[in-house]
Amino acid sequence: MLLALIVLLPLAGYLLLTFAGKYFPRSSGGLLASLLVAISFLLSMGAFFMTRQHGMFVTGPFSWIDTAEFRASFSLQADSLTLVMSVMITGVSALIHFYSIGYMKEDPLINRFFSYMNLFVFFMLLLVMADNYLLLFAGWEGVGLCSYLLIGFWFKNPEYAKAADKAFIINRIGDLGFLLAIATLYITFGTLKFADIQTQLQSGIGVNQMTLITLLLFTGAVGKSAQIPLFTWLPDAMAGPTPVSALIHAATMVTAGIYLVIRSRALFMLSPLSMHVVSAIGIITALFAASIALRQFDIKKILAYSTISQLGLMFFALGLGAFDASLFHLLTHAFFKALLFLCAGSVIHGLHGQQDIRFMGHLKEKTPVTFITMLIGALAISGIPPFSGFFSKDGILAAAQQASPLLWILGLGVSLLTSFYMFRLIYLVFYGQYRGETGSWDPIHESPRIMTTPLIILAILSVISGLINVPGLFGGGEWLGNYTGLVQVMREGDHLTEWILMIITLLAVSGMILLARNRFTGKDIPEVSATTTKPIGRLLTGKYYVDEIYQAVITNPLARISDTLYSFVELKIVDALVEGVGATVSYLSRIFRFLQSGSVSFYLFFMVVGIILVLVLNLFM
Amino acid sequence: MINYQSTLQAVPLNWYILVSLTLFCIGAIGIIYRRNSIVIIMCIELMINSVNLLLAAFSAYNGNADGQIFVFFIMVVAAAEVTVGLALIVVMYRNINSTDISLFNNLKW
Amino acid sequence: MIRDIFIFLSVLALFSAVMTVFARNLVHSILYLILCFFAIAGHYLLLNAEFLAIVNIIVYAGAIMVLFLFAVMLLNLNKTKRITLSRISLFAAVISGGILLLVFVAAIRKNTYMVNPVSLGSDFGSVKFLGKILFNEYILPFEISSILFLSAMIGSIILIKKEHR
Repeated sequence: MLLALIVLLPLAGYLLLTFAGKYFPRSSGGLLASLLVAISFLLSMGAFFMTRQHGMFVTGPFSWIDTAEFRASFSLQADSLTLVMSVMITGVSALIHFYSIGYMKEDPLINRFFSYMNLFVFFMLLLVMADNYLLLFAGWEGVGLCSYLLIGFWFKNPEYAKAADKAFIINRIGDLGFLLAIATLYITFGTLKFADIQTQLQSGIGVNQMTLITLLLFTGAVGKSAQIPLFTWLPDAMAGPTPVSALIHAATMVTAGIYLVIRSRALFMLSPLSMHVVSAIGIITALFAASIALRQFDIKKILAYSTISQLGLMFFALGLGAFDASLFHLLTHAFFKALLFLCAGSVIHGLHGQQDIRFMGHLKEKTPVTFITMLIGALAISGIPPFSGFFSKDGILAAAQQASPLLWILGLGVSLLTSFYMFRLIYLVFYGQYRGETGSWDPIHESPRIMTTPLIILAILSVISGLINVPGLFGGGEWLGNYTGLVQVMREGDHLTEWILMIITLLAVSGMILLARNRFTGKDIPEVSATTTKPIGRLLTGKYYVDEIYQAVITNPLARISDTLYSFVELKIVDALVEGVGATVSYLSRIFRFLQSGSVSFYLFFMVVGIILVLVLNLFM
Repeated sequence: MINYQSTLQAVPLNWYILVSLTLFCIGAIGIIYRRNSIVIIMCIELMINSVNLLLAAFSAYNGNADGQIFVFFIMVVAAAEVTVGLALIVVMYRNINSTDISLFNNLKW
Repeated sequence: MIRDIFIFLSVLALFSAVMTVFARNLVHSILYLILCFFAIAGHYLLLNAEFLAIVNIIVYAGAIMVLFLFAVMLLNLNKTKRITLSRISLFAAVISGGILLLVFVAAIRKNTYMVNPVSLGSDFGSVKFLGKILFNEYILPFEISSILFLSAMIGSIILIKKEHR
């Protein structure tokens, strides 16, 4: 019952705002939506405190599909993993809802915005609370849909609408893998419930089958969490309003892929090949995206690539078997990435729509609250103690080091790039000289309190959330790992080595921050004012031209094939066939029309003929 | 009057059937051939009478009086039908001043 | 002898039927049909169906045909309008009728009919005998036929009425 309430409150918000939205005055729609999500958050916290270590909430099962061959039920379960996720989802969503009340205040379609946001929260909660793969997939699809609706919220701009299409279609490609995985799961296990599959795993399933299933599941995760090669939708998705980017593309939807892998960890652990694939794609994506972020000039795009990179790190950890480190990083990342996005939104709001960092600078004077919170977020993502990012990244790096020193070096590389581009952003936006148009300095203002309060709350969370899983290295209890039962046994490493590596990491990261300060403050910043750039710079700014490659190799040939099919098959064959039927009927009717001659003797004659025929048929049959 | 048993012995049933069928077919010919609606109704009466004859013959040869009762009722119906048919002919005559049915050919393609 | 009577009556019936169909004059057609009814009444008498024979003459020849004559006279249909009937029509009619006859004959050719040897006495077909059966077993159709007549009368009167503008 409690679970149903948590899940259904946002749905109620969606329905109310959709069907009765025009009766709500402009401001109250947002307030209603935010309050509903906040109540869900409180209920999730309540459920969380009720269960503690053990115990699990179950709601249902409500029969959904019930045929002789296939049965799927609509039932929810909330074990510790789910409860942690749902607390995070509802909490961050509530904060972002309140933020959006201020951010979207002038938009005429604000009630529709909040209805979509509520619908999104509903689907995301359904996703994490499902107790079988099919219901999870339903939530999966639902968040994809809401992502489409919200990215293309300002649909009158065709570019934004195209970005929304791109997100949905690329997601779909991943979903195909997920669907195939569901089918294979059903064929192998005969059921789709997590619990039943867990029990069946003990009887031994072939490695090849496990590899197939897990690779297919991972394909779905790649699409949803924007890894290589299905990542190109995320930067374009920045076309949506900033709260959307914060909610969907930082904290919740993109983490659905991670959640899926963690939920199916028993399956993944049975297939070493899949684990290697997950790790490899994770770390490659992390490095790739971080390098692109070095040379982007749109504040939201930098954060988008940063998200892709951090998700890559999470998958990297998953592939190494460090599920608890990955989940920890997911949670801390949700806090500080949402914080960063909301701060970016605050900056954009304050500058009345400017998003290019080449035209910002010296903003710490005008927007102090935004400045301080964004700085906290940047420190957290760079992994500076005692902020949360430090603890979560350390978990990942320690797991990497245990697997192989090379992987640790790669992970370190990602961290260095992360801190560099993050502080590049901070310095270019808040320090130095203001580079905007003359006359636009004065109207810049700090955001209203309804927007800065969530920033402050998220900043506090970014600071203290490291405490939930302090590793044993520092004498902490690893509470999160123990609570969710994800602790990996293999992580007992040599303490001394760990300390040494940690200090090396810290020093390197701090070095990068100072390097960034050197380059990006001061009078003349080369990359902002230079007119020509070196080829590497152009490559990075152009995002390695991946979009263009996809367009040329995939999209254009498909479009041409579709045109050919249309002009040849559709017009000449199918249309001819269908119209041919009509033409034949007309032709035959023209022939048989003479039977309606109007003369009665004619009819009588045919009646007699008919009787003769009937008699003959009867007699000689 | 005539002892119909002798009829039964003298005339085989098939002859009666033959006569009846021939009358029927002559009536059918008349329907198709003639265009005067009164003649057509008369040919219909001819066909009905051929059936009456057949029924009466079967009734006699099978010793069952039901056939004759059937004939009785057929006559009833035929009488009613002729009444209405002639009324229709009168109406038709009023419209087109003729009884030729080939003039009634408006309901065509 | 019975056989001769039968053949004579049959030939008469068939001849008058053919003349009904092919007579040019309308009144002649009607008169030939009356002759046909008389022949058929003769057949009924051969079969000891006295009641039917009399009813045939009274109702059919006496009432229905007279009704036909009335209609013809009142509408003045007797004026000889030379309706030229097409040859094709004749051929089609005769051929189809002929084929119909052939099919009928083929149907009954091989059949043998059981003649019921039960003798019912000479009152079979008398009014009394038929009346008993009619009013005992077939009373319902008898009553309903009265309604049939009623509806026919009403129908024909309604059809005939001229509309008052």
